[in-house]
Amino acid sequence: MSTFDTIPSTKKDALVEMLLRLADDRLILGHRLSEWAGHGPELEEDLALANAALDMIGHASSLYGYAAELEGKADEDHYAYFRDDIDFKNIAMMEPPRGDFAYTIARLFLFSVYSYLLYRELTEHVDDEQFRGMLNKHFKEIQYHFRHSREWVLRLGDGTEESHRRMQDAFDELWMYTGEMFEMDGAADAAVQHNLFTDVSSLKKEWLKLVGETLDEATITMPGDEQYMYSGARSGQHTEHLGRLLAEMQFLRRSYPDAEWK
Amino acid sequence: MTEQTETKHEWPLWEVFYQPKDGKPFEHAGSVHAPDAEMALQNARDTYARRSEGIAFWVVPSDQIVASAPEDAGPFFDPANDKPYRHPQFYSVPRAVKKRK
Repeated sequence: MSTFDTIPSTKKDALVEMLLRLADDRLILGHRLSEWAGHGPELEEDLALANAALDMIGHASSLYGYAAELEGKADEDHYAYFRDDIDFKNIAMMEPPRGDFAYTIARLFLFSVYSYLLYRELTEHVDDEQFRGMLNKHFKEIQYHFRHSREWVLRLGDGTEESHRRMQDAFDELWMYTGEMFEMDGAADAAVQHNLFTDVSSLKKEWLKLVGETLDEATITMPGDEQYMYSGARSGQHTEHLGRLLAEMQFLRRSYPDAEWK
Repeated sequence: MTEQTETKHEWPLWEVFYQPKDGKPFEHAGSVHAPDAEMALQNARDTYARRSEGIAFWVVPSDQIVASAPEDAGPFFDPANDKPYRHPQFYSVPRAVKKRK
């Protein structure tokens, strides 16, 4: 699978495609979270966000590692450092700059609820032992991200006037990126047929319920679905932000391909 | 910036204890700042549970711990070696007991 959205024809192609989709979501969000290191509102939260970033990048690393094995690439770095933005398969929600703390928490929360539901399905049904093993291992950390971000949504939403306003703004701004999580396409259909993925559109109802309950408790008004929804990032139509993020993330490795830690 | 500084209060301090294994006593891990108990547990996890230290946490508001003062160390902890009547070494031990030792 490369630059343009084509339908994987073999089970291996379908598996690689799904590994990269999951990994790219996590790498890009992990990078955005890592931008908080040293800037967290409190030392403890600085650690929490850095931990979440490391979890995400760790998940991406093992998923890429397996894809590299299947595709015969040298290692996981091939996917992280030597692809251009058009080849990345992450959803657009991961791309905008980190924003304020409320924005960071809202994004982590929306994605963690989704990941929780997705992994709960995948760990049951994926027909590939190595892939399922990774998913099981990552699932525990995803449950923690869900819990941690949810606690913050409650406190900021139902907190001071300013924290409430910022939390509401964050959800309003992010909402247009949530549609992509539940989109199916030819590649996803093929993966479902090989029992390597699940029909993500069926997760939306429960996602709305879980998100709605938390937002309700946090006194946040849930944004409506009848608005513009971003689409196309999984097949390469990214926001302007991804290119800049990659420029920063990839420059060292691309400028000095043989650089090593000494 | 000034506005933030004015409204910013430091979060309360919590003492964190972890249980290394089932049935073992809790040990003090350190402390964390947190606005409330649930967040104190979250912060304890991020600060003290990343290297499989244990299986359970307690968090306690630091100001709820009553501690002896350093100047009380003498009265509290000095051994009473000069008061031999506090030690039972003057009792004669029956031979049968000595033998079994």
